[in-house]
Amino acid sequence: MHLEKAIEMKNITKRFGSKVVANRSVSLTLYKGEILSLLGENGSGKTTLMNMLSGIYYPDEGEIFVNEKPVEIKSPKDAFDLGIGMIHQHFKLVDVFTAAENIVLGLEGEKGKLDKGAVAKAVREIADRYGFEIDPNQKVYNMSVSQKQTVEIVKVLYRGANILILDEPTAVLTPQETEKLFTVMRNMRADGKAIIIITHKLHEVLAVSDRVAVLRKGEYIGDVPTAEASQQSLTDMMVGRAVSLNIDRPLAEAQTDRLVVEHLTVKDKEGVKKLDDVSFVAKAGEILGIAGIAGSGQKQLLEAIAGVQRAEPGSSVRYIEPDGSSSKQLVGMDPLSIIKKGVLLSFVPEDRFGMGLVGTMSISHNVMLRSYRRGKTPMLDRKFPKQLSQKIVRDLEVVTPDIDRTPIRRLSGGNVQKVLVGREIEQSPTVLMTAYAVRGLDINTSYTIYNLLTEQKMKGVAVIYVGEDLDVLLELCDRILVLCGGKVSGVVDGRNTTKEEVGLMMTKLGGGN
Amino acid sequence: MHISKRDGIVAWKAWLVRLLAIVLALLVDAIIIFAVVRLNPIDVYASMFNGAFGTEKKIWFLVRDLMILSCIGIGLAPAFKMRFWNIGAEGQMLVGGIMTAFWMINFAGKVPTWLLFVLMIVSALIAGGVWGFLPGLFKAIWNTNETLFTLMMNYIAIQLTSFFVAKWENPPGSNSVGVINRMGDVKNVGWIGNMFSKGYNADYGWVAAIVLVLAVAMFIYLNYSKQGYEIAVVGDSENTARYAGIRVRNVYMRTMAISGAICGFAGFLAVSAVSHTISTSTAGGRGFTAIIVAWLAKMNPFVMILISALLTFMDKGASQIASDFGLNEYVSQIVSGVILFFILGSEFFLNYRIQFAKAKK
Repeated sequence: MHLEKAIEMKNITKRFGSKVVANRSVSLTLYKGEILSLLGENGSGKTTLMNMLSGIYYPDEGEIFVNEKPVEIKSPKDAFDLGIGMIHQHFKLVDVFTAAENIVLGLEGEKGKLDKGAVAKAVREIADRYGFEIDPNQKVYNMSVSQKQTVEIVKVLYRGANILILDEPTAVLTPQETEKLFTVMRNMRADGKAIIIITHKLHEVLAVSDRVAVLRKGEYIGDVPTAEASQQSLTDMMVGRAVSLNIDRPLAEAQTDRLVVEHLTVKDKEGVKKLDDVSFVAKAGEILGIAGIAGSGQKQLLEAIAGVQRAEPGSSVRYIEPDGSSSKQLVGMDPLSIIKKGVLLSFVPEDRFGMGLVGTMSISHNVMLRSYRRGKTPMLDRKFPKQLSQKIVRDLEVVTPDIDRTPIRRLSGGNVQKVLVGREIEQSPTVLMTAYAVRGLDINTSYTIYNLLTEQKMKGVAVIYVGEDLDVLLELCDRILVLCGGKVSGVVDGRNTTKEEVGLMMTKLGGGN
Repeated sequence: MHISKRDGIVAWKAWLVRLLAIVLALLVDAIIIFAVVRLNPIDVYASMFNGAFGTEKKIWFLVRDLMILSCIGIGLAPAFKMRFWNIGAEGQMLVGGIMTAFWMINFAGKVPTWLLFVLMIVSALIAGGVWGFLPGLFKAIWNTNETLFTLMMNYIAIQLTSFFVAKWENPPGSNSVGVINRMGDVKNVGWIGNMFSKGYNADYGWVAAIVLVLAVAMFIYLNYSKQGYEIAVVGDSENTARYAGIRVRNVYMRTMAISGAICGFAGFLAVSAVSHTISTSTAGGRGFTAIIVAWLAKMNPFVMILISALLTFMDKGASQIASDFGLNEYVSQIVSGVILFFILGSEFFLNYRIQFAKAKK
């Protein structure tokens, strides 16, 4: 059945500068009516390779065939004309426009007219055909992440794409939304479309794709039919050696209360409650997981504890000293006051560049962010952060050309995250909060981070882990707090709960019917 | 054809590109000069060079003007590094100039000269600092738009200057302040060069020395101090700054006070070392030109001096061509404009590479 080739890339090489080779002589084939998973560690060149199909980069060497004809893809427009559509990790939608307006944006209408009715009809037809749920007249700013993604996909289909490239589409989705997306993808496959999906989640690779192609360090390692693959075999292929896929969950002996949160309420600028009367305890020596659909108040919860977000009157976050002698009220303090009180709070925020890192600065300057106040002189101590950066780069195997020159934004996502997590752990915190610490990270790096968190827990740190992958939450966390619409839906024991139970609690307060 | 961003370029290549840009600019200019005004381009270039470097006096004028321009650029650097668009250097400079003139007019001979200088400098720093601090304060508390705010502060400063010019008018009816302390007992008091020796080159030598020190200090402040680091973090991401425990509001206010103070100091230099008078044209648009200087130099004070030198050279050269060949200023401005265009244009080739795709089939 897989006979007609949708795309064939032959001996593609792409260099950045004179030193970095992102893809080295990669040959990849995609057949019509097939879902191909493209797998590889962070920085293995997956996105670069796909960007050459979508016209963002131009290969230095090699040839591309679309529908068995040689082509030159020099711009995103060329890619469109060839029926290639790419859905990026970061959506490119105009917030104040409706779904339909976004979909026709940039297309030449007939004589410059915009027939909204016709567009809406066409959009509905596409939606019905593949099983999308979309309201063409809904404004983008009112949409959830999953709905925005739907708009992106419908947009490329509306423009007649037959070849779809999805770059980590599930990174921001709940398990239920992911399942819906997979259904849609299967429908598209049945319709003869060719699909490439980039994802780090191996169980998804196994669930949805027909074939898996693996890249490692810019080179094509090979491809296998999904039916013959397992999580273990794929990981070994990706990493190049056997890797253990178990998360250790030792039980820390002494668990004492570290953070006591009571009646925590946070409102956004418009006065809408994002967090509503949340109470819980985070203990030293445990990993407390926070589960919930994206936007259920996870961000506000961590930010309010860190002092970045203002909490409403009546909220209380008490920090109990490791020796149990005294406690401090954190509500009402800004981050500087918290630091000055000697509370060692580490925080890996969700949006790395929006908060947490300075994209234009080097690794060493970013590491400095937590320690630049050291020393009594008004001058910076540059030696200490440099040594610390070297340690983080060495311990966490960060791939970088240097530590004091290249802006951190130029590093691949996984390496950026390693620097951030590394810096926060090196503070020797007593509370470590992480939001989506492994988002976008490959499996090997993810496990490195899980192990680091467990290590911290065993050192007596109170670890708070906001996660989206339920499998990981269930394997890693001692207890899981489930948020639903800004309220606590319940707290469950990580060792004795099921994915279904947590999933239900995520969508309904208390999880009942 | 395909355009992509460069990862970096080796220094000698970068300078080669810039040199090539200047050569190209001179060629294009030669064509324009010949086509439009039928002059020998070589003569015109010689005249331009002459205008800037012809005599010792001209060289000193060049040094003076480029240093004052650099001083304003150095003042803008911390604000711009914080992504705070301070376009109010003009006004900050004027209020600094007003304070300087105030002490020179009213207290020359009445207090020891050293004290007079202290008063002049400190008050110019404070006045400029306040002029910068206010937009910083409003931005910090009410998130007002700093571009509009600093611009408006310019107009207030200009009106204030008009008021004081009328008040200090000398001789009466001239509608100008005239040269302050030009003769009599207080001759040259409050003129910076007069502190140790006489003559314009002493004045301008002081300007150059002071601005060079300022450049070094600003370079160290921005790159090696804790406050400079805070400025850079706030400039890139306010949220990251708050996350790291930086009090963003304080940084806004502090940095703008520093920025304004240095621009106010440039006003002191303009009055005490250069014109020895005050008028609404004391700043003369240099507060705006300095924006280009700071920006092109990417906030590096040393590069600012180079760029100021280039701009000042063009300016001097243009007026020299105009007077030597009886041209109107516009033609000479075209000539210098082309040179500037090529130099700025060369930055594009330093940041991007252009590849020509292999011919099809």
